[in-house]
Amino acid sequence: MASLVAKDAEREAPRGLGHVAFILVMVAVAAVVFMITRSIGNSYAFFAAYVVVQYMVLGTAWNILGGYTGYVNFGVTAFFAIGAYSTVVLHKLTPWMPLPAMILIGGVMAALVGLGTGYLTLRLRGVFFSIATLALAVVVQTLITNWDFVGGARGAYVMRPRIAPLIGGDYIQYLFLVMLGLCVIALATARAIERSALGYGFAAIRDDEAAAEASGVPTLGLKLIATALSGGFMGMAGAPLPYYVTYLDPSSGFSLNYAVNAIAMPLIGGTSSWLGPIVGAILVGGLQEYIRVTISSAVNVLVAGVLMVAFVILAPQGIVGLFQRKKR
Amino acid sequence: MDASADLLINALISGLLLGGFYAAVSVGVAISFGMLDIVNIAHPAVILLGSYVAFIGNTVFGIDPILATVITLPVFYLLGMVAYQVYYVAFERRDDQSLRGLSFFFGILFIAEVGLILSFGVDYRSVQAWYVSGNLNLGIIELPWRLLVPFLLGMAMVVGLQLYLSRTFIGRAIQAVAQDQQALRLMAANPTKIKRIAFGLSFATAALGGAALIIIQPVEPSIGREYIGRVFAICVLGGLGSFPGMMIAAVTLGIVENLTATFFGPSWAPAVAFGVLLVTLAVRPSGILGR
Repeated sequence: MASLVAKDAEREAPRGLGHVAFILVMVAVAAVVFMITRSIGNSYAFFAAYVVVQYMVLGTAWNILGGYTGYVNFGVTAFFAIGAYSTVVLHKLTPWMPLPAMILIGGVMAALVGLGTGYLTLRLRGVFFSIATLALAVVVQTLITNWDFVGGARGAYVMRPRIAPLIGGDYIQYLFLVMLGLCVIALATARAIERSALGYGFAAIRDDEAAAEASGVPTLGLKLIATALSGGFMGMAGAPLPYYVTYLDPSSGFSLNYAVNAIAMPLIGGTSSWLGPIVGAILVGGLQEYIRVTISSAVNVLVAGVLMVAFVILAPQGIVGLFQRKKR
Repeated sequence: MDASADLLINALISGLLLGGFYAAVSVGVAISFGMLDIVNIAHPAVILLGSYVAFIGNTVFGIDPILATVITLPVFYLLGMVAYQVYYVAFERRDDQSLRGLSFFFGILFIAEVGLILSFGVDYRSVQAWYVSGNLNLGIIELPWRLLVPFLLGMAMVVGLQLYLSRTFIGRAIQAVAQDQQALRLMAANPTKIKRIAFGLSFATAALGGAALIIIQPVEPSIGREYIGRVFAICVLGGLGSFPGMMIAAVTLGIVENLTATFFGPSWAPAVAFGVLLVTLAVRPSGILGR
């Protein structure tokens, strides 16, 4: 898939495909990926591929705020877990509800939390927002740990249906398909933002917020849109998680790994375009799966942190940036 | 005496003592964030490193946990200078502090946490010393040594640093770097060198803060994250870079957290710092004693 996407980007380099054509290409790529994974005929392939695609969504979501406007959200786990726990609640209250509806609700909940945090802190310097999001992760974890309805500190069991709806086969295939669809939506959104007035507004904020404000760019409004969109996609990425793990407790739902991966992948791939998080997710996610199998699962979590530190010091433009510089 | 009034007085006193400890862990951030404008979110990880140094010194070599970190102060100081040098070359000089500089410290925080898990496991570790148990009896009130010693350590650190910053040439230069780098350069002092020294100091305070932490409670590698919200809430509430403000903020947070733990249960205490931080940022971002 990496080469497919890369080729696609090269071909469309200067002006690019229209939005509809891009979505069609992405859907085709997703369909091919799904068929390949299915042809392996092994449910491990689905479990591994699900994780990588989930990180594509998380990385793209983080990049909408971090890469496009330059505001760093460290509270990825808070938004991700809000999505996951809203599914736990819905599973208990309305077990008949289809998964996509649950994902939508989880996304809306996370977007609202993003909006609230952003409204209180985004009028100040960017670092205050970053610090607030770090603290947000702790406070959401405290709330969930104290909330008995979703299992509190003990955790919650979520029974996964045996058979996948619509496509048949194991339920993990359905989860993977849904996550692929979410990924296509997230990518199309990110790319559409890049090429719209919204994207230029975001870039103006990133490059010089004071100048943007002085030129009449509604900076607070734009930042709130970015925060809500970014938080919403993180929540949506987390919503299917309870069905994936079947047992969710606060310490695994709020694992720092999610935050580090979601931040590391765009920074490694490159933050300036939608392609960066995808490249980063494939590279880091793939490497992690490989190390988990060959060396140990303790070392595999270190990979993202070490690579991220190395990249921000040595190659601040990421892999996509290195590639573009060579081409010029 | 009425039972709840008794509880209240106890919560107030131990909150005050806790505040002194919070000052010990926050004073490094008051220097790095408040004076140098470097958002070192990995500071709690350095504090935890100090805790594990105290743990090793105590269990392997059988020395006092505070003494163990005092011995390693030069190492932490050098570590801080190296960290600043990397930060300066990679981010400050390129003027890229906000996105990549922050992510750099986040990566360090994560690597330190995983490194500690790989070397010490996720079990809680504690130290042995005469002051870890027992109370100082002052008639009607009993003060646990476990809280009193970190409180005194924190007070000593803050007073010592305040004297250093106001009385010595380098100390005044550190305060000057926060206000006007250009003017400092005109006084023939190198701002980068001054900042390097200050960041080394900030790391050194973290070592002592780590000793205080492991005296107050047993530690495990991920506990540092709880302190990120706390130390930054204290520094922001105190009005960045002001030690007296930081002291007031630390004691306030200590008391509010203790009251919360007493009347609503200890599992709610971590949420208090976030509430304080959000309210401060929304209502008075310059802090209580801010300029």
